[in-house]
Amino acid sequence: MLGSDAVLRSLEHEGVDVAFGIPGGAILPLYDAIARGTTVRHVLARHEQGAGHMAEGYARASGKVGVAIATSGPGATNLVTAIADAWMDSTPLVAITGQVRSELIGTDAFQEIDITGITMPIVKHSWLVQDVRELPAVLKAAFHVARTGRQGPVLVDIAKDVQEAELDFVYPDEVDLPGWRPPSKVHPRQLAAAADAIAAAERPIVYAGGGVLNADAAAELRALVEAGRLPAVVTLMGKGGLPDSHPLNYGPPGMHGSKYANWALNKADLLIAVGTRFDDRVTGKLSAFAPGAKVIHFDIDAAEVGKIRHAEIPVVGPLKLGLAQLAREVKARGVTHEPWLKQLDEWREQFPYRYAKQDGVLKPQTAIEAVRDAAAGLADDVVWTTGVGQHQMWAMQYLVCDEPRSFITSGGLGTMGYGLPAAIGAKAARPDATVVCIDGDGCFQMTCQELATAALERLPIVAVVINNGWLGMVRQWQEMFYDERFAETHLTQSVPAYAQLAEAYGCAGFTVESEAELEETLAAAFACGRSAVVDVRCDPEEKCFPMVPAGAAAVDVLEAPEEVLT
Amino acid sequence: MAGTGAEMSSHTISVRLENTPGALARVSQLFSRRGYNIQSLAVGPTERDDISRLTLRVDCNENSLEQIEKQMHKLVNVLRVTELKPDDSLERELALFTVSVAPDRRAELVALSQVAGAVVADIGRDAITFEVVGRPDQVEAFEELVRPYGVRELVRTGRIGLRRPSRTP
Repeated sequence: MLGSDAVLRSLEHEGVDVAFGIPGGAILPLYDAIARGTTVRHVLARHEQGAGHMAEGYARASGKVGVAIATSGPGATNLVTAIADAWMDSTPLVAITGQVRSELIGTDAFQEIDITGITMPIVKHSWLVQDVRELPAVLKAAFHVARTGRQGPVLVDIAKDVQEAELDFVYPDEVDLPGWRPPSKVHPRQLAAAADAIAAAERPIVYAGGGVLNADAAAELRALVEAGRLPAVVTLMGKGGLPDSHPLNYGPPGMHGSKYANWALNKADLLIAVGTRFDDRVTGKLSAFAPGAKVIHFDIDAAEVGKIRHAEIPVVGPLKLGLAQLAREVKARGVTHEPWLKQLDEWREQFPYRYAKQDGVLKPQTAIEAVRDAAAGLADDVVWTTGVGQHQMWAMQYLVCDEPRSFITSGGLGTMGYGLPAAIGAKAARPDATVVCIDGDGCFQMTCQELATAALERLPIVAVVINNGWLGMVRQWQEMFYDERFAETHLTQSVPAYAQLAEAYGCAGFTVESEAELEETLAAAFACGRSAVVDVRCDPEEKCFPMVPAGAAAVDVLEAPEEVLT
Repeated sequence: MAGTGAEMSSHTISVRLENTPGALARVSQLFSRRGYNIQSLAVGPTERDDISRLTLRVDCNENSLEQIEKQMHKLVNVLRVTELKPDDSLERELALFTVSVAPDRRAELVALSQVAGAVVADIGRDAITFEVVGRPDQVEAFEELVRPYGVRELVRTGRIGLRRPSRTP
């Protein structure tokens, strides 16, 4: 068997059903093997970054490892943003790149780049394969490392001659990685200590993040929350990890989280941090974050525990197992915190997300609420993706996600352009779901060539472009913190003509210019049976509130000025 | 870094890592990116061909030390990370010193160096190269000793260390 065929047989052994990529010189033998036949569906992207985000969207929607394939040099460097994104958000990803022939490595050959070197800080591990006999074991290890412990990206760089070389293919049953031993259980003593602390607390709060979703531990988180009648805040990355409509879910905290979620953290006497990493966009000024709280920090990655905030009770291990155990421990202690819940409910009542409607002006929040309501009427599962910026924060605030893996976004890296390709990847993973990308106009233009992929690969998605004609979040910062000097943030609402652009790519294009057109147009887009782009022309000046200015204490969260709201 | 343990001090960390291409680069990349300052780093083979041992000397506080150890543990090629505490471990260093000396003072310098446990490695017209093997403080003491003569060039391997079997449970 040839090395290139061995790669495909390995992917098949790993249960990969879809891979995303673009061929090129140094990866040609692998594509030739694809031509010879495989059960892996290859989705041809239009840019390697798109392929990478598709693989991420696939991984986040399915819980499986995403696979992205690129050639050497620029193909590989184009993958870097997606690999970095997967690193920051702990998305399991195997990036496979072609490399120049072994004898040319190190000579600055055509399309040679040291991609294992370039990606060293943003992968869990990487391999440069120069001996075909190593291929099966390397791929086995790559998938194992990507999906175990704290999930994340790995890279396998394969020299072209290795792809062309012969080997006797045997796929190993076990990995041989003496240095990779992620924790497999949770120390019962730490769980008991956590349960005792929860029972002793007056104002405990669960602070749950994306780790809950990665661990497939949504049911266990819910069990814990209900066992102790514990209020929870759920981060952007954790959205869907506890149903948004659950009464004990107080939604996202942080820079654009609710006032009540930020206040809840501020007044808590016990933080039960689960699968989360005290990101600065959540904590704001660290010294003022949950200042009166003792911390239980439960994570699969020991290095996260205590990294930012000292944890009085560190708990390291798999969340699914540990949360189930903790829920039982808490239940056994008969915990309730009703006065605290009553206080939180009052705040929730008092400080809801709100924005001012204006006659004749279509507010972006109205558009997102309309998309939410339109999708709620569909029979299908709905998977949401977003880009990064104001629209992302409004999506976080206004979308209701009651299922895990229904909200897919770029949190840590904040990658504009993530939403559309991630949606295509999610659709490939879950063809029966309706996949909707809430995007910004700035984001959309960074990866919109992937509309061709959506159209030709028959992966229909609906992209709703919250078109305010600006790099909106940057504009908001310029308005609030740079004395309204709007340097280089104006994109215009009319260029490109989004509906025409969609049509040019073989998708359906729609334009909405007023609130009155929203419902009908969205219904048409959802019903059109192919990929659709809905250009929603929104108020260019709307700002996203609440907001904790960078570096400020989260408790000092700013709301939209009263005069705007009344 | 929050909490206690913010005082800076020096620590010796011993790392067993797989002897594969890139393993050392991964460790040193981690140090540079996360802003840990390495005083010395020595790497070499061990009793097993497939494993290298790295001895690192770092200046950091207790919190950072914990982070360093945890972050290194996450590297796939890293097999084991242990801190070598001074009381429980042996540390040695090799240094070469080229010391300027006029012919009429050679005998005096050689005698002095022998008392200090150094070995003459080469003798030139106006300089002598000594090799010193010992605890890091002995190497430093030798440097103090010969400094008045004029140290022309100096190279140290950085410390290597092992836990004392007598202190290993």
